[in-house]
Amino acid sequence: MKEQAHSPWSNRSFPEAAKDLLADSQIRRNVRHATNIIQAKRNRVVGELPDWEQLRVSGAAIRAHALAHLDHYLAQFEDNCTRAGGHVHWARDAAEANRIILELIQRHSAKEVIKIKTMTSEEIGLNRNLEANGIHPHETDLAELIIQLGHDKPSHFVVPALHKNRQQVREIFQREMHLPDLGEQPEDLASAARTYLREKYLRIKVAVSGANFLVAENGAVCIVESEGNGRMCLTLPDVLISLVGIEKVVPRYRDLEVFLQTLPRSATGERMNPYNSIWTGVHAGDGPKEFHVVLLDNGRSPILADGEARQTLQCIRCGACLNACPVYHQTGGHAYESVYPGPIGAILTPQLHQMKDARSLPYASSLCGACYEVCPVKINIPEVLIHLRGKVVQQDQKTLAGKLGLWNIGMQAAAFLFEDSTRLSLAQHLGQIGQKVVVSKNGFIEHLPLMLSGWTQTRDLRPLPAQSFRDWWAQREKAKPGAASSSSPQPSNATEKPHAE
Amino acid sequence: MPNSSDARDAIFSSIRTALQVPANADTAAVAAEYAALPRLYKREGTMNSEALLDLFTHRLVEYDAGVCRISAENISREIARILGERGRKRIAIPDGLPPEWLPAGFDFQNASRFNEHQLDQLEGVLTGCTVACAETGSIVLQNAAAQGPRSLTLVPDFHLCVVFAAQVVETVPECFARLDATAALPTTFFSGPSATADIEMTRIKGVHGPRFLDVLLVL
Ligand code: SF4
Repeated sequence: MKEQAHSPWSNRSFPEAAKDLLADSQIRRNVRHATNIIQAKRNRVVGELPDWEQLRVSGAAIRAHALAHLDHYLAQFEDNCTRAGGHVHWARDAAEANRIILELIQRHSAKEVIKIKTMTSEEIGLNRNLEANGIHPHETDLAELIIQLGHDKPSHFVVPALHKNRQQVREIFQREMHLPDLGEQPEDLASAARTYLREKYLRIKVAVSGANFLVAENGAVCIVESEGNGRMCLTLPDVLISLVGIEKVVPRYRDLEVFLQTLPRSATGERMNPYNSIWTGVHAGDGPKEFHVVLLDNGRSPILADGEARQTLQCIRCGACLNACPVYHQTGGHAYESVYPGPIGAILTPQLHQMKDARSLPYASSLCGACYEVCPVKINIPEVLIHLRGKVVQQDQKTLAGKLGLWNIGMQAAAFLFEDSTRLSLAQHLGQIGQKVVVSKNGFIEHLPLMLSGWTQTRDLRPLPAQSFRDWWAQREKAKPGAASSSSPQPSNATEKPHAE
Repeated sequence: MPNSSDARDAIFSSIRTALQVPANADTAAVAAEYAALPRLYKREGTMNSEALLDLFTHRLVEYDAGVCRISAENISREIARILGERGRKRIAIPDGLPPEWLPAGFDFQNASRFNEHQLDQLEGVLTGCTVACAETGSIVLQNAAAQGPRSLTLVPDFHLCVVFAAQVVETVPECFARLDATAALPTTFFSGPSATADIEMTRIKGVHGPRFLDVLLVL
């Protein structure tokens, strides 16, 4: 059966999608408000740990080590989880994972399931698939509930509804929970959710979750959350199905002592999130009677082959790189048109698609490095972005369309010119003459013609100076040993438009 | 059911191809590599016990939990006082809770085998704990004596937890060192009452777990 392995939201490129979102000032205000708050809290609680850098170093080393021996640790996890009474399933792709989960739910004749927030289920389009098969999934995380009832998409993976403000949440709850008199205080909204969901926790017998960490040494699973909805789903139902990416395994139980320090501080700016649950298999008289782990590959294993990009899989999904990213700040998560937004999404999504889709994402960054600085497992996102841009170019050069593309021709032409000083100087002189038609009265180039117009959409360009640096230098050398010329023109460069926000 | 073992083989072979490693790893080499991983972060705490308990108390108060320092002979009396102030009578208790903790005049029910509907009828739960971490204000429960199964401390809306000073450690790594021997037990870390910041990043107390938490710190 050949199904779509991934479910990207659309085929729009980042610049196209970003344009629409930039026009939505409400979303931008909400995103800016939320990310500023989390970032300030994060900086405060990270700053109080003198050993933060050492925790990052260890976290990165543990994750890198686990990935370098992923087969070994997965096999160990499988053994230990099975020994503790769990069942381990393997899914090569989204379609396979969907089939396994559906079959498990149908085996228990369940018509409804309760769910804890999991990006992995979003990645495989689980909710859509369950609904198509007559099973209703209830999201229980407050933000996910807002998204689900509002027929919306998550825009951040720690705070998926951060693009909605309280008035918008109230409208959704009033409509969907039939509560016309609901107030708009966050307390009112949370207590509406508590009442709405409690009945479901007590009634529904199958739960679906993700996981933050799998522990190879004893088969333990760890879930980090805030509200207690996770504990409800992990504890009360008879059957628990956890869908987890194969990269989530860590070698030993005590490795959690690193990640349970770095994850909460990076994710929500708390010293510890309100609840962490850690369990192994099934335990008589405590929690589900049946426990399944579905281990999902879905494009992860090939990433291991790329020595430079492998670090992408170290990610512990804290979301700190989103909050720190100036591009995410402006566009919010939806512009990435992907389950995983922000800087990590920009490197993870195209790789999960074997670089066949989402190829504009490695360019959705200014390479400022803020993401790398905050990453608790030291993923060098800018380095991977550049590496992936190189891959996109290499791929393009293999196709005829790519070879004849403007980008490639432009780059090849630039390489040709820069290779030889006579060619460069000739081109500069021609440019000085040719540019006369595009230089505006203010002395800047504001609009380049035709296919070059993209560059000047958001920037002004200085024209080529009357004398190039090379000409000036040659002249200066000739004039020696007299006084050097004082009116040295600056080399040309691009200037951001002052009025662009 | 799809043939899971085909999928398993395919995933393992894809991983091994990507990593360029043989099917049977040299486990001793992997273990040696693991042992050499850098671990220069703070593991042992440095505070004296007074500072440690102050920090723990401070963290709990920040989370909006109630904290009282008491001496061991007053446990039962303090429990009665808090339950009285909270106006709660029907209280769940786990197996193994010391009977001398229980004051007269309340309806304590051993709820270790209660289902969620029965638990939902109770007004609170009283437990001990396994270990607590001062730096993060976290208390750790395991399915053990005086703590019970996970649902017991989840469904009732009020949790009264007795923590002994000797159970409080400073750092998260010290916490894990204490948990290592019983790592296979179902384990819950909780740091304050349940909370969310999903609406405009405002911390709201009490979504699904207990909305009220009181801690008796026994010196
Ligand atoms: S890449 Fe780093 S900062 Fe970004 S979500 Fe992953 S772990 Fe967090």
